[in-house]
This record gives sequence, C-alpha cells and structure tokens, in this order.
Amino acid sequence: MRGNRGYVGRSIPRDDAADKVTGAALYTSDLAPPGTLHAALLVSPHAAARIVRVDASAACAASGVRAVLTGDDLDVRLGLYLRDKRILARDVVRYQGEPVAAAAADTPETARAACDRIRIVYDPIPPVLDPRDALAADAPLVHPDLGSYDRMHGVFFPVAGTNIAHHQVIRVGDVDAALDAADVRVVGSFFNPPVPHVPMETHAAIARALPGRRFDVWTSSQSPYTVRHLLSVALGVPHAAIRVRVPFVGGGFGGKAGLHLEPLACVLSRAAGGRPVKVVATREQEFNTLPSRQALHSTIEIGADRDGTITALRADYVWDAGAYADYGVNIGRAAAYAGAGPYRVPACRIDSRVVYTNKPFGTAFRGFGHLEVLWGVERTIDMLAARLGADPVALRRANLLRPGDRTITGELVTAGHGDPRGCLDAVCERIGWARPPDTPANPQTARGRGVAVLHKAPAMPTHTACAAVIQLDEDGAANVLVSGVDYGQGTYTVLRQIAADELRLPIERVRIAWECDTEFSPYDWQTVASRFAYMGGNAIIEAAADCLAQLRATAALALGVEADRIVCDAGSAYPRDEPERAIPYSRLSLGYTFENGNSVGGPVIGRGRAIATGLTHLDPQTGQGLPAQFWTYGAHAVELDVDTETGEIEIRRFVTALDAGRVLNPKLAAGQVVGGVVQGLGSTLLEGFQFDDAGRLRNPSFVDSKIPTAKDLPASIEPVFLETPQPGGPYGARGIAEHPMISVPSAIGNALYDALGIDFTELPLTAERVLSAIRAKRSGR
Amino acid sequence: MMRVSIAVNGVRESADIPAGLTLLEFLRERLSLTGTKEGCGIGECGACTVLLDGAPVTSCLVLAVECDGRDVRTIEGEAVGGELSDLQRAFIETGAVQCGYCTPGMIMSARGLLRRRSDPTNDEIVEAIAGNLCRCTGYEAVLAAVRLAAKRRREAADEG
Repeated sequence: MRGNRGYVGRSIPRDDAADKVTGAALYTSDLAPPGTLHAALLVSPHAAARIVRVDASAACAASGVRAVLTGDDLDVRLGLYLRDKRILARDVVRYQGEPVAAAAADTPETARAACDRIRIVYDPIPPVLDPRDALAADAPLVHPDLGSYDRMHGVFFPVAGTNIAHHQVIRVGDVDAALDAADVRVVGSFFNPPVPHVPMETHAAIARALPGRRFDVWTSSQSPYTVRHLLSVALGVPHAAIRVRVPFVGGGFGGKAGLHLEPLACVLSRAAGGRPVKVVATREQEFNTLPSRQALHSTIEIGADRDGTITALRADYVWDAGAYADYGVNIGRAAAYAGAGPYRVPACRIDSRVVYTNKPFGTAFRGFGHLEVLWGVERTIDMLAARLGADPVALRRANLLRPGDRTITGELVTAGHGDPRGCLDAVCERIGWARPPDTPANPQTARGRGVAVLHKAPAMPTHTACAAVIQLDEDGAANVLVSGVDYGQGTYTVLRQIAADELRLPIERVRIAWECDTEFSPYDWQTVASRFAYMGGNAIIEAAADCLAQLRATAALALGVEADRIVCDAGSAYPRDEPERAIPYSRLSLGYTFENGNSVGGPVIGRGRAIATGLTHLDPQTGQGLPAQFWTYGAHAVELDVDTETGEIEIRRFVTALDAGRVLNPKLAAGQVVGGVVQGLGSTLLEGFQFDDAGRLRNPSFVDSKIPTAKDLPASIEPVFLETPQPGGPYGARGIAEHPMISVPSAIGNALYDALGIDFTELPLTAERVLSAIRAKRSGR
Repeated sequence: MMRVSIAVNGVRESADIPAGLTLLEFLRERLSLTGTKEGCGIGECGACTVLLDGAPVTSCLVLAVECDGRDVRTIEGEAVGGELSDLQRAFIETGAVQCGYCTPGMIMSARGLLRRRSDPTNDEIVEAIAGNLCRCTGYEAVLAAVRLAAKRRREAADEG
C-alpha cells in the first residue's frame, strides 16, 4: 500500500458540485446542435404479436416531418453478447413497449403526431410471461432463430430450440450425496420482481450522420467506448467513423451501460439527410421501453451438520430475461459464481438459466444479480439457523470464507481478499446484537433484528482494460483524461485525489476532463461493476509516474545532475537535498529553456494503463475458473418495527459495513452507502413491476411505481468501513459503489422473521403483503 | 400566440408564445435556461421545480401564459454576482449532490421553504423536499444541507 501524501483518504468535496448546484452542468437532454430534430417513438401495444402490415405514408407526408422509420427499413441485429435485437421491431414484437417505428420532426409535438399517423396491423399471439413456463418443452419460442444468432463464444451458451439465452453451471463435489448425508436440510423458494432503475435523467441520445458514413453521437451513457464499439458493429462502419461524447449523466445504476437509443438516433439522422436527431425517452418509456432489472425465481437448498457447518448448497436460478438477452446473460453468469454467498461450501451445484419471455428486457442494475440471489441465500441461511436453533450471526461466522478456503469456482481465498467476518462483527457491535432489543411500548408493534452478509466482484471480461493520459498545462497544472464516466458516484473526485498525490501537486492544480469523447479520451471498457476507481486509479498512478519521469529527465538536463537524483514535490523538481535549486513544473511542463534560449525536453504527457490480471473463462461443464479481480465483502444489520395492524415497517436503525480496502474519500464513500441502502430499501419495500394477464406493464409511472422519497428514510443509516488492503488496488482500495444495496432485502427479511416468526420469500415487502402474512399466521393458515 | 411578460430571475422577458407552452418549455427552450430539468413531464418527480412568486411549482405543469406579469426564480438565479448561495454552498459541503439532475429542483424547493420559514423544523424540511425524487443520495445529505443553510441563517440573524 502506498503512503498517504495528503489527498487520498480525505473528504475532498466533489469536483463537479459547483456546476451541478448552479445548473451549469449540461446533460445530453440539455444539448441541441444547430438544426436539431426531435424524435418520437411508436411502441407495441402487445406483448407478443406478428406485424402484419405497416403503413407510414400518412406520417411521411405530414408537414415538418423529416424522417420516418419502421423495422422494415432496418435490417440489422444488435446485442451485447447475443445479437438478438433490432433497432425497431421487424416482423414480430416481443414485449409491450417495444419500439416499432420512429419519426424525426422539427418539434417534439410534430414527431409525436407523425407517430400517431403510422398504421400498424398486428396479429397478437399468446405471450410467454413466466420464465418457468417458458422452460417447458412445448413453450412457444420468443426467439425461434436463437441458434443462428451471432454471440460471444466460449462464455455464453444459449440453447437453440428453447427459450434459454444462457445456462451457467457451477459444479463442485457430489451435492446429492452431501445433501443426503446432511444432518439438516432446508429449502426455500424465492422471487424478486423486475425493478426499474429510475435515473432522474431519462435516456437521451443525439446523433448526426456525416458524409462518408460517419456519425457524431452525444449520449447519456455509462460507456462511451462500448457505445462506439456496438454502434460500429450495428451500423457496419469502422470505429473511427463514430465519435461518441458523454456529457454529464443524470444517474445510470447500470441502466445506461450498453447500447440503447443511440442507434435509433443515428439511423434517423441518416434518414433525415444528416440533420442532428435527438431522442429523449419519456418517463413512461423509461419504465416500459428501456430495460429494467430482470426478475428472478430461485430455489435454494442447504445441507449442514448438526453443529451448523454447511456441507452442501444446491440452487436453481431462473432469470426472467424478458424479450432480449442484453446484459441478462452475464448477470446469470456472474450471479451464479457468487450464488452461494460468501461461504465455504464444499459441495455445490448451481444452475442459472436466463430465460426469454415476452416482457420488457432486463439489463445491468447496480448489484448485477447479487441482490437477487442473496435475497434467497441469506434468507435460507436464517431458515437454517432457525432449524438448528442457532444464532444467525454465529452460524454465518462459522461458515464465512476464510483465507485458505476455496470459492465455488475454485479460487483460493487469501487475507488480501478482505474480511467478511470483520464486517459482520462490526455491524453486530453497532446494532448491539449481543443484547435483545428494547420491548416496544405499543403492544401492536413487533420489533425485530436481522443481519445479512454480501459479496460481489466486478463482472467483467478477462481482458478488461483502462487507460489514462495526463497532460501538464503551460502553468504546470495537470489535465487528466479518462473515459470512464462519473454519473454521480464521485469517481472523478477520488481519481483527482490520486492524481494530485501521485503528481505531487496541490489538488486545485489537477483537473479531470468531464466530457468523455472517444475522439480524445483514452480507452476504458465501460463504467460498470464498481471497477473504475480500481482500474482508473491504477492507470492514473502509472500515468503520473510517467509524467514524473519526464519532469525528472528534463529537470536533470536543466540542472546538470543525474535524473535519479531529482525529486518532485509540491509542484517543483529539485536535486535531492538541494531544494533551493527547485524548478517549478511550470518551467518544465512544455520543456525547459535555458537563459541563452536553448531548450530541452518537451511537453509532458503521461500514459498509464491497467488490465485485468489472471482472470480466466469459467469451465463450461463445471463453472470452475477465476472470474474475480477482487471481491468486496460487507454486512448489514437492521432493527425494525412492524405495525401488526397495518403491516407497515419502520426501520429504526440500519448499519452497513464494507471492507473497502482503503477509503479514498470518506464523505463520498458514505454517500454511496446511504444512497445504496435507500435504493436497496426501495427494492425491499416498494418497487416491482406488475403485469396484467396479457403481459402489459401495469405501473409505468411514478404514481404506480413508487421509489423512496425523503419521507421514507430510516431513522438512521450508519456506514462503517473496514480497510483490509487489496493487493493490486490503488492505495489498497477496492470498489464499493454497488455493494451497499446488495442484501438490504435479506437483512430486512431476516428481521421480519425475528419480529413475526414469518418467512417472507417474495419481494417487495409491501405493507399489504406483510399484513396478509400476519393475518394468515393468526388464522393458522 | 399570446404575448407574455415574465420576470425571470429579475429580468423581464417578453415573448409571443403558444397558449400550450409550459413554463418549463419557456425556460428551457425559449430562454435556454437549461438548469431546470425535466424528469417526468407530468408533475411527479420535482426535477423542474422553480419559484413562482416565491412559491415552489413544478414548471412542467404550469403554463407560461399563467406567469404573465409574475415573478419566476430558477436555479440560474441562485448564485448572485458569482457567489454561491447559502443553499448551494451547503449542498456542496454536506455531499448532497451526486448525479446532480435533481439538484436544481431540490434547491428551489428548499429555497421556497426558507423564504417562508426562517427556522424550519426537520419535518418541514422533509415535507418541503418530499416531492423531489432523487435516486442517488438517499436524501440524508440533502436534508442535512437544508438544515445547515437554515442554521447559518439563524446564526447570522442572531449576530446581526
């Protein structure tokens, strides 16, 4: 671990705060290049239907309409891992809300009116809505051509002739024998509904088709280079023909990774003769047309010895991909290799199947499947504790991974992995687990406590890479270029802290370029998986070292000493022990000029790189391999009250501990925890899509799809950080952005069991659901 | 088309506008005041909150013609002479900003409260921003920011 030179570890205020509190920060939806046209979408009213006839003539003829496109105009397939999707539906529609046509016009109203004039005749077909039904041998196929789709080979395994987009297996030991031999077996079935991301800025993209099949794109995206790459594949043009710019982004949570409205904006602009086209999702489209978190049906069985030692875990995860695979297949993969929780499990069998249905499709969502699988795993662990008459904390402590253990993919756990037991101990100490909670004064109130642990590693390709460039300005200040996106996490601020410490510059003299631009910003894979501070931090450390080497070389020439004698400190370079001879960076950053005019050196530009190291693909038959660059462990403890007459839950205290490796910025880290826990509370208590029998989304608005407001906060949320240094992490740090929301439902579900003696298995835990369970228990059902 | 004259951040803006134009569209599209954000367009998220004659409104639900002769304050009017306002400083200090998209609306709702109540209770603060949705911060730092700004006002008033 590196020493602290001053900024890393301090609560430096956000780099972007002033722009944001003044309204100066420009988001994609605020932009409009000259001549910008506005787009509108026509979406499918059916969950599944054949498109019989399309007539867009009336729309094309309307005044002010510059382009109208339907699926018939666009013969391309898109997709991250499986190319299963079209820009606009063609021949069939696969979910209600799927775009089938689009218009670009002088005003948004004209574009909407044009869409209203497009006539589409559908022949509805019965939708497949439950992924468990979709697994039946005679189930209708959402993608009859699945076997012929292009895909990423060696990692994902769609099953042709079925609705299975990916089947991930984990096989360790003889699970059946271990379960048969177990003293105790518990089994539970669980459900997580689809949940929308709800970024406050809806998806937005602007594209301008240029001569020579080139495209200029502005987009509210987490992934400028991934957008460029996928656009290049979709549009059949070289990467260099596409320029992607990402201005400020109003929240992402995974929903703005991948490719969304960008290709539509590109083809509309091309159809409109090159005028820029702006596509902004309405809030309803954000719920119903853009992807969400996929639903999960899980069944988990755990076997243990009488003393509480877990001997086997068997899990069946059925993911509701919805109509398209998108990130869903990778969630099915990543959540499988994390699908036994952070426990030592000597025999394990996991089948994680990502299944197509006729519903809005799933994508990455903060936590990437881990909140979902750990809802079931952590509830089942508490069910095991109840069966054994054991303390849930002691049971977890005894089974949590320790150095020397192997994960279910065969990875050897070391002390550098972090300290899950320490996280659990920390939250128990804070919540006062050793003492029972006070008895509530109101007899109508049931009080309970629960704990849950969590783990997650970045789900990323084995070759994930990141670069940083630092150029020193004329005045010796530093300009840091990266293309990972800060859409609120605060990463740019911590990267600035790292750069300032590494460059030995006051932080005021280090800036980070806010708008990512594939034309100028160095490569980064994409901003997902809580790996940007880790990889971007490492790339910046290397780039800063490169800058210092150049500064030292130039200073050595200027001072007539060997370069290895030069030290850099406080924005100056000088020979060791001779600080009086210091030359400020401002006289070195473009090269040094002697009194007679001779010049040496040149502009200082540092380059840094980082790449995933040591990762392997998982064995297709066993799931064995090394998928994780690092693991972040954590734990929650909660104390809550349930009103047994209304079913309402009041969170009295919520404590979260994460082993961050090193806290780079305490205030920003705490902000991630509070925000993540509240988002997790939304998933626990409020959120979830509801569909009617025909597969139409019933709650595509804030009226019917509540997210937490300022009125829904717990009495307290207490972040705790452990700092077990991560080998290879910048300053020992590991990622923490997704983790706070993982296992929030589990902790609350466990506390509800403690309060009520009822095992909840389905989310969300609305007052209605809790009350009906209380009444069912009272009436002995 | 209707002729309106609206005082926006103290500057009189006259324009001929269609009757259906919302105040949000007037601000963003006619005046290029893009600090006011659209989050839903139907008054459910609070991102477009501005002050109309000192009271917070969701500008997506107000017609610009209703504002004729009235006073509108937006986020662009918060900082005066390049100096951040008390609320803006407090939002930065408490870490109340993440993606920032809800921030202008949050600040305007809080401003509406502080204009009305110099010493608001915590419940009043919660109530004042309960209509402003935020998906990033979990609200705690936002509430702390409004409390901090209110406390500093009280202290300044006591000293004065």
